Order: sequence, then C-alpha cells, then structure tokens
Amino acid sequence: MAADFEYIINKAVNGERLNLEEGVALLSCPDLTLLGQAANIVKNKMHPEKIVTFVIDRNINYTNICQCQCKFCAFYRKKDDSDAYVISEDVLYKKIEETLSVGGTTVMIQGGLHPDLGLNYYLNMLRSIKERYNIHIHSFSPPEIVHMAENSGLPVKEVLKQLKDAGLDSLPGGGAEILVDRVRKKISPNKIGWEQWMEVMKCAHSLGMKSTATMMFGHVETLEERVMHMIRVRDLQDETGGFTAFIPWSYQPKNTELGGETATGVDYLKTLAVSRLILDNVPNIQASWVTQGAKMGQVALVFGANDFGSTMLEENVVRAAGVTNRVPLEEIIRCIKDAGYIPAQRTPLYQIIKYFE
Amino acid sequence: MEEVFRQSELKDIAEKVYNGERLTREDGIKLYQSNDLLAIGRLANYVREKKNGNRAYFIVNRHINHTNICENRCQLCAFGRDADDPKAYVLSLDEIEEKARSCRSEKISEIHIVGGLHPDLKLDYYLEMLRRVRKALPDVIIQSFTAVEVDYLARLHNLRVEDVLKALMDAGLDSLPGGGAEIFAPRVRKIICDKKISGERWLEVHKTAHRLGMRTNATMLYGHVETIEERIDHMLALREAQDETGGFLTFIPLAFHPQNTQLESMNISRTTGFDDLKTYAVSRLMLDNIDHIKAYWVLTGPKLAQVSLSFGVDDLDGTVVEENIAHDAGADTDQYMPKKKLIKMIKAAGRQPVERDTMYNVLGEVF
Repeated sequence: MAADFEYIINKAVNGERLNLEEGVALLSCPDLTLLGQAANIVKNKMHPEKIVTFVIDRNINYTNICQCQCKFCAFYRKKDDSDAYVISEDVLYKKIEETLSVGGTTVMIQGGLHPDLGLNYYLNMLRSIKERYNIHIHSFSPPEIVHMAENSGLPVKEVLKQLKDAGLDSLPGGGAEILVDRVRKKISPNKIGWEQWMEVMKCAHSLGMKSTATMMFGHVETLEERVMHMIRVRDLQDETGGFTAFIPWSYQPKNTELGGETATGVDYLKTLAVSRLILDNVPNIQASWVTQGAKMGQVALVFGANDFGSTMLEENVVRAAGVTNRVPLEEIIRCIKDAGYIPAQRTPLYQIIKYFE
Repeated sequence: MEEVFRQSELKDIAEKVYNGERLTREDGIKLYQSNDLLAIGRLANYVREKKNGNRAYFIVNRHINHTNICENRCQLCAFGRDADDPKAYVLSLDEIEEKARSCRSEKISEIHIVGGLHPDLKLDYYLEMLRRVRKALPDVIIQSFTAVEVDYLARLHNLRVEDVLKALMDAGLDSLPGGGAEIFAPRVRKIICDKKISGERWLEVHKTAHRLGMRTNATMLYGHVETIEERIDHMLALREAQDETGGFLTFIPLAFHPQNTQLESMNISRTTGFDDLKTYAVSRLMLDNIDHIKAYWVLTGPKLAQVSLSFGVDDLDGTVVEENIAHDAGADTDQYMPKKKLIKMIKAAGRQPVERDTMYNVLGEVF
C-alpha cells in the first residue's frame, strides 16, 4: 500500500500527470503530511519565490432572489419573502467606494437568478460602474450568464461579448459545485449541467476573459466525482489556459435544505493537496479561510495553496450558512508572515501590486 | 531516515529522533524557529506512532466549575469574578450533586471539577463535594482541583499540601488536572498571573501527588507574552519532574484566548495554526517521557485538532459538556462534542478511535 502512494507521489513530484484512479488513491492516503509535502514541492516548483498573494476586494450580492433554489444554499430567497432584496444603485456605489477607499482593486458582483432582471439590468450596472470608478469587475458566474442568455434569447457567447463591452473584466468560478451531473441533480437540480458550465468558461476564455474555477465538496459526491471535477477543469485548461486559479472549499450545511455535516479539516487539506497535484496546468490554488478559518487557511499554505484568496470586505453567502469567519487584512498579513512567506497584494489577474514586508 | 530530511536544516535533530536520543534546549528552540512545519510534523508523528501506534484517544467526560469567585484574578483569565460581581456564583453541594447525578445516563468515565480560589469555601466543602460525587457516580474517575486550588486549601487551613491531598484522596479524589501551570517562568507569571503560585510550587504539588500514588496531567498556556525559550524551559521543567516521579499522564498545550481578559488591551493576537501545530509537535518531541499529548479541541477548534493527530497528538480530550472557562475568553467552538462526532473525526483522520478513562485504560475501541 505504502509503495503505491509513493509511486503516485513521485510521479506527481516529477511533473508527470496523474489520472483519475491515482487522484482517488491519493485522497484516501492516510499519511497527511506526506501528501502535504508532495503538494508543497509541486507548489514550490511553480512558485519558488516564497510569496503568498491575496486580493483586496468585496463581494456584492445584488439580489438574493433566486429561481434556482439549490438545496445546499442558505442565501437564496423567494420573491415574496420578507427579507428578499435587490440592491439599489446608491448602495452599490457606496459599497464600491468603500472598497476603493481601503485599497481594494476589485468587486465580485454575484447574485441569485432573478426572474425579472433582463440583460439590460446587468449591462447598465457594468457601464454605470465603469463610468464612475476605476475598478476591476470580476462578476457573474456561469449560471447567471446562462440565465441572462435564456432571458434575452441570445447565445451565451453574445451575452458574454455584450457584458465584456459593458465593462466585465473576468468571471468568478462559482456555480461549479461538483462538475458531475449525478451530483448536480441531487444538490442543485435547477442549475446548469457541468457541460454548460464549461461551455460558458470556454466562451469567456475565447473572448479573452480569464476566470477562476471553484469546487464545493464534502456533501453527496464520491471521491471519484471529486477528482473527476478536477480533471474536467484540467481538460478545459489544456484547451484555453483561461483559468487563473482553483478554489476548493467545503460545503457549509447550516440553514440549508441539504443539511448534514461539513468536511473535516483533514479532508479539506487532503483535497487541497490533491488538487495541487492533479491540476498541473492551473497556476494558483487558493486557501479558503472563509470556510476553514484563519488557522486552517494558514496551514493550507503548506498543503498546496499559494494564495490566500480575497480579503472580502463583505461576504454574505457562506455567512448565511452559519459560518462567520472574519479575517481582517492585518490578520491575513500576520498569518502569511508567521508561516515564513512574504505577503503581497495582487490584482485579480495575479499581478503583484504591493508587498507587505 | 526519510529522504526529505537529508537536505533539511533539521537533519541533526531528525537523526537524534530516529535514534531515540533526547533533544536539548537548543534543539527545541531550533525546531520552533524552523518554518518547515511538515518536517516537524513528520518527526513528531514518528514518535507519536512509536508510543501510541495508530490510536487516537478520547474520553466521555463532563466539566463542573463550582465557583467563578477567585482571589487571584489572574490577568490571563476571563472566568474569575470578584465576590460582589453580579455574575459571580457558587454552586451549592446539592447543585453539584444534582449535576453529577444528571450525567448518570451519559456513561461518562471522568468528571472534571475545577473552580476559583474562594476564601469562604473551606476544605469541608471540597471533601463533602467529593463524597457526594463519589456516591452519585461510584465508577467515575474524579479528576479535580488544580495544583493552585490544592495549594490554596493548604494555606487556608495551614496544612501541608501532602495532608490536603491525602484528605481529598480519602474523600474520593483520583487525579489532578494539569491546569494552573501556564508558563513556569517567573517573568511571565508576573505579567499574566501575578498572584498565582510559582512554577516551582506547582511542580511541588504535582510531585507530592505522584508520591501519594496519584497520576496527574500537565498543561502549558502559550501564545501571550512568553518567548520560545520560556516555552521550551517549561517543557524541560516538566521533563525533569517526570524523570523523578513518572506521574504525568498527559501534556496539554493550551492556546491562549485573549478576549475579555485583562491582557486583551495588550493587543495579543490569537495563536496561528502554524504555532498550534508546531507547539503540539515540539512538545511531542521534547517530552520523551510523557506518554500522551492532548489537543483540547475547545481551544484549537475541531478542524485543527483533527489535523494535529498527524502532528504528534494522540488524544482529543472528550465530549466536555458545559465548557465555561475558554468560552468566557471568547472561544467560538461548541461547548459540547457528541461522542459520535469525535469518533467520526478520528476515523476521518485515518486513526483508530479508542475510548479511554483518565488513566488511559481502554473502555472501547470497536466503533
């Protein structure tokens, strides 16, 4: 048994590509720090400079009204719920100004699939932001793009083109959950299938927009399905090279229809390490302090992660699922330094703009 | 030796560990100064598996805090109160007996009772408490009263520590918990607990208990004003005492929580994940004569506690039930961990869950 793991790990460390079975085997490897060392070696080869990056940004959720109503989600509301909302322009601008005032470079605008908001709503939003502010707009995950395409009767590519012309800079990797339709039918039956998710990303990449890819794990998926998700991301990356980062985070069960328990710390670190080993063509792996807390986020830095994600001045979706990890910028910088790395603020496209030495 | 250590700054230390040699003060400091967390973890894991195999222990226990009124009012503490504080309380003997009775159905194997230094609670109160708890729970191990409380009772009654301990044992006391050790260095104690007994006195109480046949635990509260050197010296003092008596069962590093304590204004940050895991691993490597290293999930959080099972830890404490002391200091963990969840956590880490009693007798290992 031990020899098998060593064989697979040596393969990965020597830069050979791992297949599905090998990824699954590593996820069940009982030697946690061995996996960490392998992921750490691979990470150090890709990022030899001892720097850990992060982005200063804000999540803005323009609406919580959503017709998708996924079973794992605690954020969505129905139109007539008393706490359903659509954000006003004034509030949107105020949030952007607050972001800029603390050195933020980016807003990640995402929302529910609101049945009545047409494509023009999104185009106007983008144009009105770009008219007023110099800020990177990293917004609208594939399910929202498909929703806009369906509501407007336009093809996905045309929607993306219009969004880009109106000011959209890049796409967040949300809505990926697990990119296997068996799982999606169970946890998000009304959401786009995995191929459609990929199609949106492929179109975005072909238009010159970069994106990230996320993975929400630790619910009903098997280990095979988890690795399959990674391999599907790797396949598209071979084609387009458009993914900047992979962001695995664990399902948060509180206040959701799906319920159950969250993945353990060991499961998180193993999944992170295996994603570093499988995704040989994706440059960055993000630690998720939002779902794991600052301590585990820091430990993730020796299990394959080279990026601390975003400072998130505001986060609503995970918070709705009962997790209230708040990590201010100083704390992120302290964690990175304490682990022996140089903290650096980056843009959403991973250009470093400021070191914190 | 594993390949990874051949080029490592920790090569010499690794060699010693694999040869079973004792580490020095300098080795301990060097380990702490290294950022090679995974290498330190692997070394600690080697020792951990040599001592405890693949087992991960837990206990089904319950905490009772009989009073929060405390004369010491240590700067590090968010639990202690003055007698006239509206939140001050003392549990009556009836209330304690009731709490003990109420856990009859939970199949606990240990009851853990600690409290403040209350000037009006005399030895009689403690002896009667033990007798009643013993009667309510005849088969349960009573692990109660830190060295600080024992010393206080001795001084209150002008008795020798040995006599107080003998009286407590006669009334039913089985074991002393490891609290009150903090950091032994006088410099540190002056800042974080200026009225508390000295480190020497703490060790003296435990060694006395050991000589009377009791097994006890030892703790270290870290992550406040102490230096790395002071942490290592703390471990070395325990190692020396253990060489003398062999009475310590477990070493429990405790991460300091500053919220609501008098130290909060010093702007002390919570310990990092690296610091927690390093501290578990370094203590596993330094304390070659103490069998068990425990991660107290209440302070570390369940996720990191689970991860620590690969960093030298072999014990996750227990179900706890009604944790007050850490929660008054802002701990955001639950106050209770169901046995089922503990077992699941241990299994998910690839370890064999073993339910133990205070003395590490195996109560169950088929889960």
